[in-house]
Amino acid sequence: MTLYILCFALFLVGLYGILTKRDLVKIILSSGIMGYAGNLMIVLFGYRRGAIYPILEKGKEAAAMVDPLPQALVLTSIVIELGVTALLAALSIRLFQKYRTYDITKIRKLSG
Amino acid sequence: MITPYFVIIPLLAAFVIPFVSRRRDTGAVLLSLAAAAALLGLSAYAFFGLSGETLVYRMSAWKLPIGINLVLDAFTSFMLIMVSLVALTSLMYSVKYMRRFGRDWRYYSLFMILVAGMNGVIVTGDLFNLFVFMEIALFAALALVAYGGRAHEFEASFKYAVMASISASFILLAIAIVYSATSTLGLATISQAFSRQSPLLVLWVGGLFMAGFGLKAAAMPFHAWLPDAHSSAPSPISAMLSGVLIKTLGVYVLIRLFYNVMGAPPLFLNIFLGLGSVSILAGVVLAVGQWDIKRLLAYHSISQIGYILLAMGLNTTLGMAGAVFHMINHAVFKSLLFYNAGALETALGTRDLREMGNVAKLLPVTARTSMVASLSISGIPPFNGFFSKLIIIVAAVQAGHPVLALVAVVGSLLTLASFMKVQRYGLRGGRPVEKLVGKVDGWMKTAMIILAVLCLVTSLLIVPGIREVTLDPIVKVIMDKTAYATAVLGK
Amino acid sequence: MDSKPGMTIIIKTVVRIIVGLIFLYGFYIILHGHLSPGGGFGGGVVLALGLLSVLLAYGRDDALKWLRLGLVRNLENAGPLLFLGIGLIGMVWGGAFLANVLSKGKLFALLSSGIILPLNIVIGVKVGLSLFLVVLALAEFDLNEGADE
Repeated sequence: MTLYILCFALFLVGLYGILTKRDLVKIILSSGIMGYAGNLMIVLFGYRRGAIYPILEKGKEAAAMVDPLPQALVLTSIVIELGVTALLAALSIRLFQKYRTYDITKIRKLSG
Repeated sequence: MITPYFVIIPLLAAFVIPFVSRRRDTGAVLLSLAAAAALLGLSAYAFFGLSGETLVYRMSAWKLPIGINLVLDAFTSFMLIMVSLVALTSLMYSVKYMRRFGRDWRYYSLFMILVAGMNGVIVTGDLFNLFVFMEIALFAALALVAYGGRAHEFEASFKYAVMASISASFILLAIAIVYSATSTLGLATISQAFSRQSPLLVLWVGGLFMAGFGLKAAAMPFHAWLPDAHSSAPSPISAMLSGVLIKTLGVYVLIRLFYNVMGAPPLFLNIFLGLGSVSILAGVVLAVGQWDIKRLLAYHSISQIGYILLAMGLNTTLGMAGAVFHMINHAVFKSLLFYNAGALETALGTRDLREMGNVAKLLPVTARTSMVASLSISGIPPFNGFFSKLIIIVAAVQAGHPVLALVAVVGSLLTLASFMKVQRYGLRGGRPVEKLVGKVDGWMKTAMIILAVLCLVTSLLIVPGIREVTLDPIVKVIMDKTAYATAVLGK
Repeated sequence: MDSKPGMTIIIKTVVRIIVGLIFLYGFYIILHGHLSPGGGFGGGVVLALGLLSVLLAYGRDDALKWLRLGLVRNLENAGPLLFLGIGLIGMVWGGAFLANVLSKGKLFALLSSGIILPLNIVIGVKVGLSLFLVVLALAEFDLNEGADE
């Protein structure tokens, strides 16, 4: 039970980082932390007590295994977040080219 | 049988385009126009050929609950028609509009990926598949918002990206909780297992889903990304984003989850009533003071989505009919308004209303279609906005919420006021304008005229004979709530 | 900055020897995707790392002379088309999109479990080339150009 609470606390740490940090790169890193906390929660929900990894190897018998479906979901989710992080990194490079700063309180041409 | 083609055709078009166009983009334009026309034909065939039954397609020939299903019923094919209609007119508009950025095939490829992602969200019957297609559409939308390369476009795209990734994390947490409780991911099997869950779980899951997908639909506390993103994008992309993306990724998924899967819990429907009414008022009040024409239109999008959320929360047949009708009306007239704003920007070189003048003689097509669209959104008969807003107001009074009906009427009056401002300053303003900076091309005019004619044609959907064929099957699918599950699992 | 692009001669020699091993390891992960952890995505990332190590050790101009950017871009565009092609073959011969048309084979053999093996190869090649092109494009931005607009 404490594992779930700690994982949720990691999610809240990432959320806190996005909301309060002023540097563009720190915002990107915080969104990464939040995404990894979500993935960890999915894998944790697949755990079965006393079971082993879900791979059938030659020579071993089929024992009780943890749920393999969340692990497949997490694989897809990691790749999606890789794409979003790459897009955010490219956008922050172009923002630095145009605005000459990484500080989001100064990147405010649009308002109202 | 035709269900996977809705995703295959735009994906094929998107990946063949880099091979057929090296330096000039004629191949890209032709291929994407052909794909969009094919999608429109297929979705019209699906809607009128189905007559109220549900088609289920099993991907990779695996059965439920192991496999992934694609579900095609009346609501699905209605949304598909809406998406392909706006996509076709947007492509027609952008043939000449995008020439100013150089002859680049990447725009058309990204556009096709956006259409593929939205079609995937509409057609799928599996929760994680929905998440993946939502992210695909989000990537394409982010890249298209930042397409022009100017400073404020990157800022708007970054804001949209950060807020969308927050909402994606919320949705991922909700999917984790749902999977741990029901051990399955298909929408039909989840809805059957949901009636046995504890109310605390329903509260958590519903709250997380509402936060995640409400941000995509730009409900009121989560609306902050919409004015920047929709005003900085190029005009055909603003029409796609405002006309179909927030409805597909936001409103359609919310209706599916809260009506068909969770069986309309009353607590969340009351929250929708509150969010909807706040969105109506706040969106229109913030819009009246804007001088940038595209930002004004973006704030009005928030307000009109508020109408749809208000009608969703009423839990009556008439209210849901009003919500569905308003979805297609808003897609038609909001896209037309964004095309007009783009035409004014091309012709006059500016987006500020204070710098525009009297162009009614120089741009006759733009001026007349803009008048049609402004009358539609303000709710003046005989255009389509009047009928859908009337249904929503009557449904609110019938369900016992006269205060919300009053909110809807006030919002409509303020919308009329702000669009009279647009007409007065933007098109018939004081300063005479002699010459134009750019030309409004034939393709752009054709797209605008098609949508203006549709503004009148869609108001015919209220006539009782036509309504039984078009609107009633859709409302029946939604209001049958968890009968969706038995319809899908029985095939 | 440096007078010559790329890194020192020690790194260049070691990279020239190791890059073949990195590609071998990446292909091993891709091909054994249905028998052990990994598969298309993980193997694709290792392939991208192999290409990137060449880029980092030799500098951009020499690496592009060796790599022929046009071929890389064409391969990357052909990846999803091959994936859709396999899916459509499943539709024609199996009854549904991405249905299983190859035999499932013996347990624990390399050529087994249906169409998972061709799909893994296509995904691995596409992911590797895409990651490499993304990093190459990010490295071409000059932070000091393009002032206010």
